[in-house]
Amino acid sequence: MQVQVKLFAFFREGRFIKEDRELPEGCTVGEVVDTLNINREEIGVLMLNSRHCQFDTVLHEGDICAIFPVIGGG
Amino acid sequence: MTDKIFRVNMTDLSTSIEDVPADWAGHGGRGLTSTIVAAEVPPTCHPLGPNNKLIFAPGLLSGTTASNSGRISCGSKSPLTGTIKESNSGGTSAQRLAKMGCKALIIEGQPQDDSWYSLSLTPYGVAINKEEELVGMGNFAVVETVEKRFTDKIGILSIGQSGEMQMSAANISVKDPDSHLRSLGRGGLGAVMGSKKIKFIALDAGNSKVEIADPDAFKAANKTFTKALVDHPVSQALGTYGTNVLINIINEAGGLPTKNFTSGQFDGHEQISGETMHDLIVERGGKPKHGCHQGCVIQCSQIYNDLKGNYKTSGIEYESIWAMGADCTVDDLDQIAEMDHILDDIGIDTIETAVAFGVAMEGGVLEFGDSDEMIRIMTEEIAKGTPLGRIIGNGAASVGRTYGVTRVPVVKNQAIPAYDPRAIKGIGITYATSTQGADHTMGYTIATEILGVGGSADPLSKEGQIELSRNLQIATAAIDSTGMCLFIAFAALDDDTCLPALVDMLNARFGISLTADDVTNLGMSILKTEHAFNQAAGFTNLDDRLPEFFATETIPPHNAVWDFSAEEIDTFWNF
Repeated sequence: MQVQVKLFAFFREGRFIKEDRELPEGCTVGEVVDTLNINREEIGVLMLNSRHCQFDTVLHEGDICAIFPVIGGG
Repeated sequence: MTDKIFRVNMTDLSTSIEDVPADWAGHGGRGLTSTIVAAEVPPTCHPLGPNNKLIFAPGLLSGTTASNSGRISCGSKSPLTGTIKESNSGGTSAQRLAKMGCKALIIEGQPQDDSWYSLSLTPYGVAINKEEELVGMGNFAVVETVEKRFTDKIGILSIGQSGEMQMSAANISVKDPDSHLRSLGRGGLGAVMGSKKIKFIALDAGNSKVEIADPDAFKAANKTFTKALVDHPVSQALGTYGTNVLINIINEAGGLPTKNFTSGQFDGHEQISGETMHDLIVERGGKPKHGCHQGCVIQCSQIYNDLKGNYKTSGIEYESIWAMGADCTVDDLDQIAEMDHILDDIGIDTIETAVAFGVAMEGGVLEFGDSDEMIRIMTEEIAKGTPLGRIIGNGAASVGRTYGVTRVPVVKNQAIPAYDPRAIKGIGITYATSTQGADHTMGYTIATEILGVGGSADPLSKEGQIELSRNLQIATAAIDSTGMCLFIAFAALDDDTCLPALVDMLNARFGISLTADDVTNLGMSILKTEHAFNQAAGFTNLDDRLPEFFATETIPPHNAVWDFSAEEIDTFWNF
């Protein structure tokens, strides 16, 4: 299945901003994080189709998965 | 120096230095400005008349070596909202005031003639001088000239043309350590300073220092406190991308108000994002990391250079970039930086003014996305005080009334900032119930709803949001009294050593024995003091509401509406 993965802030360094990736059925958000060599402890926010999600959230065809480090502002 | 109250009467041009009344002694910053406004300003007075007062107060820890303690509070009755107001800013003024022993500067009355004045403060008192040369000038020229008259070490508070013309969105500008500008924004306190005919206030602390009751305990607590700030990953991200790192995440969450609040996502988000801004700053030899005051260890400010590598602006915030960018559908950071510079020079609030432009675009005054026309209106209309310039300079509600626009995002006349309350519901409770009109900084629920700091809350659900906003509004009122930057809250929410160290510093500074509960109680009492002032000024629970369109118009991509009932909102004040 195809899933769009988006990275933000310093997660982009040496990786990408946005990429369509071919993933196996049943793949979770956490597994995407792992394949990108991002330490799970560095994760601040995960979103699936603009809603917050967890490492164990299962992805589906056409999903948009956004991965953020710990960030803040205001 | 023993702390004193410096008082200036602009009606008879007299000044006095007074002892601090016992019941003001435990207050600083916002707690003190709001206490003084409540005690001395008639709630029903005209904000621009002789009975309103303008009060400046450094925080309780300002002027010390405590990290991030250089914030100043300015209080008054707001000409924009008609409520009590506290504006908060970095820069060098809080530290100058604290060091000269000025616990608060109270400016009252109004000159009888058309003369303009300046104030000059030293540890020995206040001088009032007539001012002619700088009248009609922008803030950058004021800073340059005043530094030449005194020294470049001097602290400066000033107003630009918008403050002189008493526009409701006018700021008071605060000189930063590099002689650039920070702003006491929102709520139009620059207009109050203009109504008192004061163009600038020069602050010369000489070699005076703040006395610390227990220096060793203070040093130890500051070490713990600083470590908590420096170690928190949010602090690290703020130093790299600034607050503008939020553009992309708020857009992704579907809560980035776009085209005058008609969508929650902006096609041009990447072009105006913190990531893009960081790369441009580095490429042009600017500074991605910069402190708005001495002693800041977070450094969320930055120096943004233009295409030729020359200084353009600094301290450009997410909310300003959102307002001039997504809300007006402008996707060019250089144009946004140019506008930020112009608005700083005129001395007018970037959020209020840009949201007013968004409403004006909907009203057909100019096209969405036309940043050239925005720049023309800023320099040719607002700075010169033409009728259109004054309509925009009086804020979003003023534009809506003038041009018959009903989609006007304001609460108590103050523009709603960069987070749509339909898609991020907790912040809507803050907008509705804040004692000062729509203001995200009053209770920043975004930390928990979107960023996962201090727990989590589903931004599209109403559950737990009223309690979240209440707790954060109480904590914020207390932090705003210490002189601390609000961004210490990220560390305070996640690191158990942070708040106790802050309380230890307060105790060591004054030789007292506060507990964490005392600090919470301080926050509650400040909110209640402010709320009581507003009620006496004529506000009721019916004013704690969002504009009608939020309940009737859905916002994509979540197609959410504002669905809190009036009864639910009113439970906010049950404490």
